Amino acid sequence: MGFPHPIHPKENPVLSRHFGEADARTYAGWVQRGGYRALEKALGMTREQVIEEVKASGLRGRGGAGFPAGVKWGFMPKQKTRPHYLCCNADESEPGTFKDREIMRWTPHALIEGCAIAAYAIQAEQVYIYIRGEFTEPLRVMQAALDEAYAKGVVGANAMGKGVRIDLTIHRGAGAYICGEETALMNSIEGKRGNPRIRPPFPAAVGVFGCPTTINNVETLSSVPHVIEKGGAWYKGLSLSNPKSTGTKLFSICGTIARPGNYEVTMGFPLKDLLYDVAGGMRPGHKLKAVIPGGSSVPILTAAEADETLLDYEGCVAKGTMLGSGGMIVLDDATDMVYQVMRLAKFYAHESCAQCTQCREGTAWTVKILQRLLNGEGRKEDLDLLLDLAEQMTGRTICVLSDSCAAPVVSAIKKFPDEFAAYLRRGRTAAAT
Amino acid sequence: MSGARTDAQARGHADAYEPVFVGEGRTRLDAVLAKYPTKAAALLPALWIVQEKHGWISPTGMAEVAEALGLTAAYVKGVVTFYTMYHQHPVGRHFVQVCTTTPCNVCGAERVGEAFLKATGAKRYGETSPDGGWTVVEVECLGACGFATPVMIDDDFIESVTPESVPALVAKYR
Repeated sequence: MGFPHPIHPKENPVLSRHFGEADARTYAGWVQRGGYRALEKALGMTREQVIEEVKASGLRGRGGAGFPAGVKWGFMPKQKTRPHYLCCNADESEPGTFKDREIMRWTPHALIEGCAIAAYAIQAEQVYIYIRGEFTEPLRVMQAALDEAYAKGVVGANAMGKGVRIDLTIHRGAGAYICGEETALMNSIEGKRGNPRIRPPFPAAVGVFGCPTTINNVETLSSVPHVIEKGGAWYKGLSLSNPKSTGTKLFSICGTIARPGNYEVTMGFPLKDLLYDVAGGMRPGHKLKAVIPGGSSVPILTAAEADETLLDYEGCVAKGTMLGSGGMIVLDDATDMVYQVMRLAKFYAHESCAQCTQCREGTAWTVKILQRLLNGEGRKEDLDLLLDLAEQMTGRTICVLSDSCAAPVVSAIKKFPDEFAAYLRRGRTAAAT
Repeated sequence: MSGARTDAQARGHADAYEPVFVGEGRTRLDAVLAKYPTKAAALLPALWIVQEKHGWISPTGMAEVAEALGLTAAYVKGVVTFYTMYHQHPVGRHFVQVCTTTPCNVCGAERVGEAFLKATGAKRYGETSPDGGWTVVEVECLGACGFATPVMIDDDFIESVTPESVPALVAKYR
């Protein structure tokens, strides 16, 4: 449900059904709602059976990359010679995205249960839940739920009385977007600066503390109990368009929209219906200009493109963008695209870890050039310079932060050329009037 | 309301540094250490404990953490400077973070930030108000974009702040 809004008839609330119910945060309240049945079932299955069930469900990573979760788990060594680790990525920081926050605030036990099932499947005895430092309420709620889960013996040295050790530790971040990148996240847990690592080696071989590690997003892990309880085939059946995109997805709708919030729909749901029907459409007197559908790192869609987009991994790619995290930024006709793209670039410049030259310099130069345009001091070669810079920033760095800065800039210049041209001619004040 | 600094914390501790990892502080650190296979992994949690006690993390604080975890002070400083939430200088009794990234920006977040400067008497972002009460900063995405504009005052996360609601909010914390 789109907390704080009631469930819309077109939603399919699997993860969000109990958002807003304070009682669901407690162990008793969660068990009453069917909680921990899936964990009990999973611990009665073999590890391989759990992985096969998740593979069969088609569940893909909800953090942005969309990699099949069961396949990722299958990369972990079958023969355990060193400790295995599970890291839950709860560093939600992608502009436009606020779904994991809601999962942790309202259904902390769903995440704990998902973590425990995943840990069992990959033979991890230790789970680190990496929560961004600013999420003070989710941190409190998660810790309280975890304390209760330990007290009830759901997790710990003898999880559910089945003789399996599953320890969970909440690790608080301290303000760094890049720590949502999985290898930076592992460095941060190790007490280092959050610099992404070069791959290979991949985390399943050499992860946190040099040991085999799986990193999954909060929403992915919270979906796992439903897959185990109702079966992979049931989950796979939740698909309105492309069969490679299955299940439900939480979309965080924000920006200039009538009813911002998280809405959960079946994969393949039309973007148009989500905006105009479920989320209430534009504010009175305004028309849609653009949508950034998957968090700020993905290419921008024009209103016309958005009208035809189906919300699943393939549907977004077909329109030249990505489903990403499902953080949907709505921009109406009052939006100054050049200014807002500068703000996005500023975000990436601020968050660059500064390891790679293309990113460290490129993000800062992008901001500088865009500010020059906004100040009415743009040069006629500046748009070509921005595009050239974006090309140098794409596919050449350790992680994709640099690419993420380039994507919205390139798509804005290509799709809203008139707004850039207006600044080139007259400067910001004149362009705005 | 939680996480506000005392007057002494807001002034810093230039004269007398009170160690953090003794007594209860040491017990807390030991509990953290038990959860990780290396001592260095306790660095972020240890820095949080220092900031909670002193309101910021001074060079002396970094040295104490380094000593406790078997790291060099330079290494600890390298980590402190990477993360924006660790204060490397004393800040006002109340620390206000206003998100002004795109989704909030299009909903008027910059006006919320300006309203905080006006209501608190802080002259500009990052500069503490003359009475030592308030430090206001603009921050990048707080991860609550559907509740524009989210603001953090100390450890409190406040949703849907508008320029109009700022004066009453400031009065509540003052």
